[in-house]
Amino acid sequence: MSARHRNQANYWAFVVHRVSGVLLALFLPVHFQVLVLAVKDGASFDSFTAWTEAPMVKLAEAALIVLLAAHLTGGLRLLTIEFLPWRDWQKSVVAITAGISLAAGLVYLLNVT
Amino acid sequence: MNAPNDMPDEFSARGPRPATETRLWLAQRLSAMVLGVCVIVHLITIVIAVQGGLSAAEITQRVGGNPAWTAFYAVFVIAISVHAPIGLRAVLAEMTKLPARRVDLLCFIAAALLFVLGMRVVTKFHALGGGL
Repeated sequence: MSARHRNQANYWAFVVHRVSGVLLALFLPVHFQVLVLAVKDGASFDSFTAWTEAPMVKLAEAALIVLLAAHLTGGLRLLTIEFLPWRDWQKSVVAITAGISLAAGLVYLLNVT
Repeated sequence: MNAPNDMPDEFSARGPRPATETRLWLAQRLSAMVLGVCVIVHLITIVIAVQGGLSAAEITQRVGGNPAWTAFYAVFVIAISVHAPIGLRAVLAEMTKLPARRVDLLCFIAAALLFVLGMRVVTKFHALGGGL
């Protein structure tokens, strides 16, 4: 068994967890400031959400949803590995996390108007 | 929480501050468990809220002054303020050459920033109901 290719899916799960975690942390201060606008200055908030109607912005929002879902499902995967006894099905969980994350992005795109 | 009793002795007290690292690891996992619930609720809320478009009026009417949402988002912000800086700390420690003290300082600032900015949103929405 080659160490280089062993656990490749799990290696990518690690990369996705790191990248999504950092990007979500960077996004949060912006998210909080925009929400303050909703209370203090509704008109500015609504002109900001008008900008989010652009197709590229919607795609970026969907990407954020995928990042959040990926960090959520990847995190749940880590918790099951660390806190539950090892089971063989845990090897397949990476595929399930990817599927759920992409599905979350799709559900978002189908519902956003 | 008891330490695993099958751990060899030579692994139990290695590293500069094993107790600190263990506490941070535990805080990261406990906050992750809270966030697991919060993020599932958040994703469902997003998909429902964006139907028919988002507006300031819609969000403030739904969340403003609602004690259940205030409590939910307060817990959410606290869990984020614990969870995100510990994750950033690991990334900075492993992927940059910054000294450990500098990394700790940056992550402490990140924790304070996330807590203050997040709680500012929570209190502003809560105040819409006449509270605070």
